Amino acid sequence: MSEPFSIRKYLRPIPLPFCPGCGGLTVMSEFLRAVHELGHENLSNFVFCSGIGCSSWIPSPHFIADSVHTLHGRSIPVATGIKLLRPDLNVVVFGGDGDIVGIGLSHFIHAARRNLDILVIMVNNMVYGMTGGQVAPTTPFKAKTTTTPYGSFEHPLDAARLAVTAGASYVARWTTAHPNELKESMKSAIEMKGFRFIEAVSQCPTAFGRRVGFKDAGEMLKWFKENAVQIEQAEKLSEEDLAEKIVVGEFVQKQGPTLVETIYKVIEEAQKEIEKD
Amino acid sequence: MKKFPEANTYFWQGNEACAEAALATGCRFFAGYPITPASEIAEYLSKRLPQVGGIAIQMEDELASIGAVVGASWTGNKAMTATSGPGFDLMQETIGWAFMTETPCVIVDVQRAGPSTGQATKCGQGDVMQSRWGTHGDYSAIVLSPNSVQEMFELTIKAFNLAEKYRTPVILLADEVVAHMRERIIVPSSESIEIINRRKPKPGEKAFFGLEEIPPMPSIGEGFNIAVTGSTHNEYGIRFTADPIVHRQLVERLNNKIQKHAEEIAEVETYNIDDCQIGIVSFGCTSRAIYEATENAEAKRIKVGYARLKTIWPFPEKAVRQLAETAEKIIVPEMNLRQIFYEVQRVANGLTEVIPLNKIGGGELITPEELFEKIQGSIKNE
Repeated sequence: MSEPFSIRKYLRPIPLPFCPGCGGLTVMSEFLRAVHELGHENLSNFVFCSGIGCSSWIPSPHFIADSVHTLHGRSIPVATGIKLLRPDLNVVVFGGDGDIVGIGLSHFIHAARRNLDILVIMVNNMVYGMTGGQVAPTTPFKAKTTTTPYGSFEHPLDAARLAVTAGASYVARWTTAHPNELKESMKSAIEMKGFRFIEAVSQCPTAFGRRVGFKDAGEMLKWFKENAVQIEQAEKLSEEDLAEKIVVGEFVQKQGPTLVETIYKVIEEAQKEIEKD
Repeated sequence: MKKFPEANTYFWQGNEACAEAALATGCRFFAGYPITPASEIAEYLSKRLPQVGGIAIQMEDELASIGAVVGASWTGNKAMTATSGPGFDLMQETIGWAFMTETPCVIVDVQRAGPSTGQATKCGQGDVMQSRWGTHGDYSAIVLSPNSVQEMFELTIKAFNLAEKYRTPVILLADEVVAHMRERIIVPSSESIEIINRRKPKPGEKAFFGLEEIPPMPSIGEGFNIAVTGSTHNEYGIRFTADPIVHRQLVERLNNKIQKHAEEIAEVETYNIDDCQIGIVSFGCTSRAIYEATENAEAKRIKVGYARLKTIWPFPEKAVRQLAETAEKIIVPEMNLRQIFYEVQRVANGLTEVIPLNKIGGGELITPEELFEKIQGSIKNE
């Protein structure tokens, strides 16, 4: 950390696409700060994959790096192909809640099950923001969106707990009101192997906040701060107490055989066998 | 055991020949999802790829399979997947993405009888138009059609070569019959196989999506800072989603780079196309009937000429037009309810009468006798 952090060092000099007050910018800057603090002068050891949605624009094409902007929901499969053939590179997926646990949910579960060596950073703004604010699999119960004008009649998905169940090596959830914790989790996750998942609960004042009664991004951040419960505390609370809360913290951190390790062992053994015959 | 089969004569299944050919071209990544009648390719490569240092992985569905293949290709490796109709449906969006991002890869569609689940184990040729127009937007597909185990081998190699040369996805449109039958195959020595690899950029180059008709393709992790996107982009890969000119230039170039080379890509087996009474245009397993039917017709002093399409798309217009100029009638046998027929009619453009011969269901082939009868019937009608 000889030089002070400068976000511009990692970004192409083109305008950013985020609305005023968007939480995507916090996630972008905390990620780049994490990269900087880990001593990466540039992003040449990384590859970025993203899908469709506002947060998929965090890496693509803004990061000065190899970035693959895929289809809606398909960033994890593409990252699978890349990681398996370039195990030396740090493969990071950015995506929204709709992208990762809506249309792309099955890939998310299977990548966690395989313990595929990638880091998935999900920006959860609880809505389909880019298309104008439709209900998402993460929208809170009863929240009004453009496609739930009477309030959502569905319950939101807990992506972090799902990742734990599916077999992820590292899972953490923070909000954009916890930038430092978010950055520290990103640092831990970047350095680890296996499937790593970080959920960043984020504000979309444009397509969500103003429809559910928040005046601006600041009010939403306040809401995050006031409703966040550390996971250690949450374990002591009842389901009822937790209904309106956002559980934050590190959900799991473990080490087990990863897909890259297992697959390359298979190759090594198959090659030995064929050379012996 | 050797890593690759020696030059020799073998008795292989079509799917096996396809898999070995992929290995021979240097394919080192396969991702797929089980589906009849294509599963043998996945099974065979799952055993063989690790032996040559490659990776085969069964994904959770076809969307993931083709996604992983495109990702693998951007690492500089040759990659493929294999499926059948229902899985081919699911892959269409990503095939469009591969086209838009100019990603070489090979998709094998072993056709079965559709629509929908249809007759899963029975042969059909109903994916001809899907292979051309399956994804949305204006795009051009390269589609090859093998009619033997030998061609499952040869056209798989050709598919990889065209994919690498034109920087585009290529579809090997096989069918249940050629994929599942076993027959004699002559495997050439690996040195004698022509292999084309994608053109790589020189250090410092930045335009990987324009400027040239077929731009050079860098690999991930080489320091080129590649921006890949399925959104409309400029020659540097940067999104331009409002500018009409950027879109026009990109999409026209992507189509032109294939359409302008249609005759170079076209491979057609022709016989008497400039001197015949009755013409036949055929492809895939159905075309296996043309030889005996032609012999039988010639025994009855009917002059038959044929164009057997090994390339279906871009449509080999030159050979078919030649046939249309010569033949009094053209018969188009196919195991669907008229797909290539209309294309032949378009190219014939009134020069000659085009007669369909269609059969679907139960995987029943159009026999040489049926084709011969159609030839005879066409003569009698005069």
